[in-house]
Amino acid sequence: MRKLFETGLWSLAALPLIAGQALAEPAAGGMPNPTDGWNHTWNEVLWDLWIIGGIFAVVAVYLLVKYKAKSPNAVGTAQPLNLDKALAWSLVPAALFMADDFLLAAKGWSLWNIQRTVPTNAMEIKVSGNQWFFEYDYGGGVKDTELVVPVGQPIVLRMTSNDVIHSFGLNDYRVKEDMMPGRITYLWFYPDKPLETQVVCVEFCGMAHSQMTNKVRAVEKAAYDEWLAKKIEKSKKKTSELDQKKSAEAASGPVTAR
Amino acid sequence: MATATDYAHARPRSGLKEWIFTTDHKRVGILYLVGAIAAFLVAGLMAVGIRIEQMAPGESGLINYFVGDFAKELPTGTAYNVALYFHGAAMILAFLIPALTGFAANYLVPMMIGAPDVAFPRINALSLWLFWAGIVVALLTFIMPDKPDVMWTGYPPYAVTTTANTAAYVFTVHLIGFSSILGAVNFLVTIIYMRAPGMGWNQLNIFVWTIFAAFIIQIVFVPVLASAVTLLLFDKYLGTGFFDPARGGDVLLYQNLFWFYSHPAVYVIFLPAVGLLFDIIATQAKNHVFNYKAAVWGGIVGILVITGEVWVHHLYIAGMPDWIRIGMMVSTLLISVPVGLLLISLWGTMYKGAITYNLSMWYAVACLFLILVGGLTGIPLAVTSMTVHLSETSFVHAHFHFIMGIMATFAVFATVYHWFPKMTGRSADSLIGKIAFWFTMAGTQVTFWPLFMIGVRGMPRRYWDYSMYPEFQPYHEIATLGAALLGIGVVLMVFGWVLSAFRGPIVGTNPWGSKSLEWTHTESPPGPGNFPKPVTVNESWTPYNYVDWGDHR
Repeated sequence: MRKLFETGLWSLAALPLIAGQALAEPAAGGMPNPTDGWNHTWNEVLWDLWIIGGIFAVVAVYLLVKYKAKSPNAVGTAQPLNLDKALAWSLVPAALFMADDFLLAAKGWSLWNIQRTVPTNAMEIKVSGNQWFFEYDYGGGVKDTELVVPVGQPIVLRMTSNDVIHSFGLNDYRVKEDMMPGRITYLWFYPDKPLETQVVCVEFCGMAHSQMTNKVRAVEKAAYDEWLAKKIEKSKKKTSELDQKKSAEAASGPVTAR
Repeated sequence: MATATDYAHARPRSGLKEWIFTTDHKRVGILYLVGAIAAFLVAGLMAVGIRIEQMAPGESGLINYFVGDFAKELPTGTAYNVALYFHGAAMILAFLIPALTGFAANYLVPMMIGAPDVAFPRINALSLWLFWAGIVVALLTFIMPDKPDVMWTGYPPYAVTTTANTAAYVFTVHLIGFSSILGAVNFLVTIIYMRAPGMGWNQLNIFVWTIFAAFIIQIVFVPVLASAVTLLLFDKYLGTGFFDPARGGDVLLYQNLFWFYSHPAVYVIFLPAVGLLFDIIATQAKNHVFNYKAAVWGGIVGILVITGEVWVHHLYIAGMPDWIRIGMMVSTLLISVPVGLLLISLWGTMYKGAITYNLSMWYAVACLFLILVGGLTGIPLAVTSMTVHLSETSFVHAHFHFIMGIMATFAVFATVYHWFPKMTGRSADSLIGKIAFWFTMAGTQVTFWPLFMIGVRGMPRRYWDYSMYPEFQPYHEIATLGAALLGIGVVLMVFGWVLSAFRGPIVGTNPWGSKSLEWTHTESPPGPGNFPKPVTVNESWTPYNYVDWGDHR
């Protein structure tokens, strides 16, 4: 009895060690980024599910077949558990489940650190959510409803919403974060190769929720620069037109007001 | 109030008036079941509409008819959202919780503990009336022009800025919430004070324990939900700004309050469902519950302790501070400890048993596998960084349908089959029921496995138009086929129940040879007051006493 208790305590004490071991594991290949990290951890978690589920399922089938009643009046013949066995059947599984929990928590946390630690060289784009479109602010007066990013460059999105809650779901990059009025949230991702994909709104936002989407293009640096230059030119033209209009208005303002 | 001394052998009068004004817990229970099944059928119809709409990326043009908009005044997107709202709100608030803590608790708990009725029968009747009123308000959705479209969660600012009738949602929650709080008071008092003389806490049916825990959760957490939706009401109709950041409010406040109740609500559904499985499996296996004290003190009480510390896993991508997203990842994962203990006891209850297979056992066995799929797919969702991708996809949707939507629903079906002879004196084990079982079983699997698969690849939830993901269409088509099978199964099953209630074979007082008091100490169906003679039990009695194990206290 006492020995059992001690064993239980030792296994509890060993848990942080196991967790620490998992944390010390190096991330899989290359520059750690949310996309590869997610895929890697997902495969590990799947193993965990199949093993636990497999054991429980096989045991269930065995019990259901083996203990089918032999006659209509048969009753079960299980014996009461003594205290040692009752404790063993509680503490050992509890310790095993906890060990698995801490292992998963450690793996999850290390990926989380990657997901939430924005690389210092990341390029920032501001995004706002609106019913029912996303708007991207590239800085320098460039605003657009398409997300274009250069490959080989970590991208961080600073996000908010102008009306209700939306959520920025970049499925192919395995990242997602809500956009809320009155708060600024962020996510980052690493486009390592050219890709054409889309972002979807994944927080319920009303009538056209399922149509709130736009193209996302990861393109070579040169193509990106070209695209941006065009946009800058366009926005300058717009602003100068606007300025001309404004100054014209200002000049003729008092007259038209009369 | 009926007492054990005035047990009436004569069949009680059963005109409409006697049923409406009944204070008998058994009739209250059956009326809960009728209301819950009605809500289930209407909400199920919404599910069929949703599946038809999702069969192809474009609009089907049919969803408006499902939500009662025959003139097609609503855009497809809005009509679809109304269907989603009704399906979610009605399934959880008007079917699962009332079927388990209304029907099953009312019908079974007083008899299982040897009591003539609940502690406050009139309050019990009031609970029932409030529940029915809640159903009526929910059903108004189909005739009001500004149908609620706020999902069952009602997140602001959308629920405040929408032109739809958020008040109808709020009042539904109020009515059913009030009903739950009254029920909680009633059952906690009943279980504490009205157990048969001699019945110790370690001799209770596991189901009684799970109801005890579920109602502790209800009494602690329902007021929080009620306050959250009330503030929503104030924001929308009185112009307050609790959730409006422009006026110093905070949109996340609502989500925190909402999930502070609504995660524990999952256990209000899960615990009684598992408790029913324990009682059904122990009875059909004629066996003691394996490691009873671990199941109760480790499993049920464990969940009770941990239930209020995990709600942020519903807000993993909502921009909460890192420390709480990681902290609640650990607490959420630790739920596996009490749930694991419950499952080991449940599995162990079959060990060295003598299992008889009938329809109630079929559904119970199905539940064992549904718990595995639903429970294990919860593990990646407990891990914050995994949820960063999986959140708001049909993976989540399939996960909670497996554990809550299907498992708990099948537990209700198993319960109806198991206690049908008690309620009617007749057996519901019929060929129709067996055919219906295979339809429901196949239907649920065919519907939800494809959703897991496309969920991992990013199929967003609450989408009717997924033109950006044309590659998912075949999966949606298969899922819709599953919904059709499920629909056929459910209709067949309910038809079978009604038929069996009048035509089913008459079976004896205790057809399963159970040792639980509702089977051993009274007839089927029991009269008012439940037991012809007051029940007392000794220290070696348990509801699972097929072989005498001696003192249980």
